Amino acid sequence: MNLVLALTIAVLFASGIYCLMRRCLMRLVVGLILLGQGANLLVFAAAGLTAGQPALVAEGASAPPPGAADPLPQALVLTAIVIGFGLTVFSLTLLNRARKASGTDDVDAFNRTDAV
Amino acid sequence: MSDAGLLFLQLIVPAATATVCMIARGSARVQHSIGVMGAAVALAAAAALLLRVDSVGVLAAQAGGWAAPFGITIVADRLAAGMVLISALVGLAVAVYSLRDLRDGALHWEFFPLFHLLLLGVQGSFLTGDLFNLYVWFEVMLVASFVLLTLGNRASQLEGALKYVMLNIVASALFLVGAGLIYGKLGTLNMADIAVKLQDPQEAALLHTSGVLLLAAFGLKAGLFPLFFWLPASYHTPRVAVSAVFAGLLTKVGVYALMRAYTLFFAAKFADLQALLLWVAAATMVTGVLGAAAHFEIRRILSFHIVSQIGYMVLGLALMTPLALAGAIFYLGHHIIVKTNLFFVGGIVEHLRGTGELSKLGGLYKHAPWLAALFFIPAFSLGGIPPLSGFWAKLAVIKAGLEAQAWAVTSIALLVGVLTLFSMTKIWAEAFWKRQPDDHKPPPRPVGARRKLIPLVLPSAVFASLTIVIGLAGGPLFAFAMRASAQLLDPQGYIEAVLRAGGGAP
Repeated sequence: MNLVLALTIAVLFASGIYCLMRRCLMRLVVGLILLGQGANLLVFAAAGLTAGQPALVAEGASAPPPGAADPLPQALVLTAIVIGFGLTVFSLTLLNRARKASGTDDVDAFNRTDAV
Repeated sequence: MSDAGLLFLQLIVPAATATVCMIARGSARVQHSIGVMGAAVALAAAAALLLRVDSVGVLAAQAGGWAAPFGITIVADRLAAGMVLISALVGLAVAVYSLRDLRDGALHWEFFPLFHLLLLGVQGSFLTGDLFNLYVWFEVMLVASFVLLTLGNRASQLEGALKYVMLNIVASALFLVGAGLIYGKLGTLNMADIAVKLQDPQEAALLHTSGVLLLAAFGLKAGLFPLFFWLPASYHTPRVAVSAVFAGLLTKVGVYALMRAYTLFFAAKFADLQALLLWVAAATMVTGVLGAAAHFEIRRILSFHIVSQIGYMVLGLALMTPLALAGAIFYLGHHIIVKTNLFFVGGIVEHLRGTGELSKLGGLYKHAPWLAALFFIPAFSLGGIPPLSGFWAKLAVIKAGLEAQAWAVTSIALLVGVLTLFSMTKIWAEAFWKRQPDDHKPPPRPVGARRKLIPLVLPSAVFASLTIVIGLAGGPLFAFAMRASAQLLDPQGYIEAVLRAGGGAP
């Protein structure tokens, strides 16, 4: 399972970075989404995978059973997913506005704010 | 008030002000007075925090009463409290400065809620003692800054925002991965707890990846070479009030995060990265100042100077001696005031003449000598002319460099100081001394223009006098910087305060 996850993360990062380097505006956002998902999955996997051992405290006990899955990375990833969702929506809106304002979606056309 | 209450107050005030400003959007008058009053209350709270922290050392409180390292710790040492105070000061100044744009209708009701959320993100980043929480505060700050940057929807703003947003989101992803890997390896995200665990060299062995990822993420936020390209591409595009708060605070949060990382939780990894940081600092200074030399518009020149000045602060951090760190801290404080003020003055010039392009400006010294004085003070402080604040900041960093025998980097720092002065004299000669070009007549002054200028001039004048005060009476402030630096170099007190602090819900 770890290997499958590791490969998925690698593919997500590689394709995300590939998309970020394209000249089309839309691909930029796709790249950011893939990169974000890769990061989320990596955080999830980095803390170790435990199958079938939810961290539920049994009635009467004061701690989850030994060997239970660590719930914290899942909480972290959940936070990151929510933030990523907001960022994605904002960048889509921004991209749409920018495309309308400049009339093109070629990234190379966006060089005015850097021009000397 | 209890210590925990005092800590949480720094976050509650901006959050509450943002909420009330959002509710009060129907009445401009009410919203504007709440926006300014909230910033003033935040400043008072920050001053109270600094006084308390300076007498006790470190204040820490656990959010929700969960003991460290399981809960989220809010903690203030001298550096954090100092940064909180100076950010609150910038917050108040920019709130007043923005009144002019708000009254003109150039900024709308969205400004104040977003502005206070931005300040919330900044203060949260300074005060948190938890790595993942720092990520969340960074995002709070980023999301607010994204929208502030695009308020107005001009094509140049959208283009600048596109670059800013894309690069910053990539940095956030790197930060998240770095933090996630640390958790995977150490099982904790509390900065003090990470520092304790990393004292064991075996634990520290596999953390290079995280270290480099976090360096890239913080370095991009701070505007380090070669990751600064989003900054000069976007900072000159929004309204001046927005530019000024960005210029003053946002990159400094990145520098603060780097300081926190290499003195606290990654102190064990610092030796591996010292040479890299030194040369990155030198490259940042040089590219920033050369970029500024190539530009001929006030705000673009100033944006590149942010990058070059960040180099000095990181140089202080990279040298890592008590004097160098104190110099970096003093530099941070001086730079926030001076840079915000330079953007204020640039905004007044744009307001009077309708442009910031040097080729279309001239004769300001004759027409507005008061403005010349307002520009002269921060500009020559930035260039490091005694007895203004910038001189002492540069002196400390350079003296530390000489003591550490880092000859090459120190001579670069000296050279960059001269080039900074060149940029400032360029603005001075072009905008203030040269005659107004005949083909660009300034717009006629509307009736009652003088009174309308008050919200623009007042914060700038206050900051200019602060620059002089810091320059003439820098002793006590530098002594404070030395105390803060001593505290950073001996993090034991910080660690104990965090791990011992009792629960204290707000």
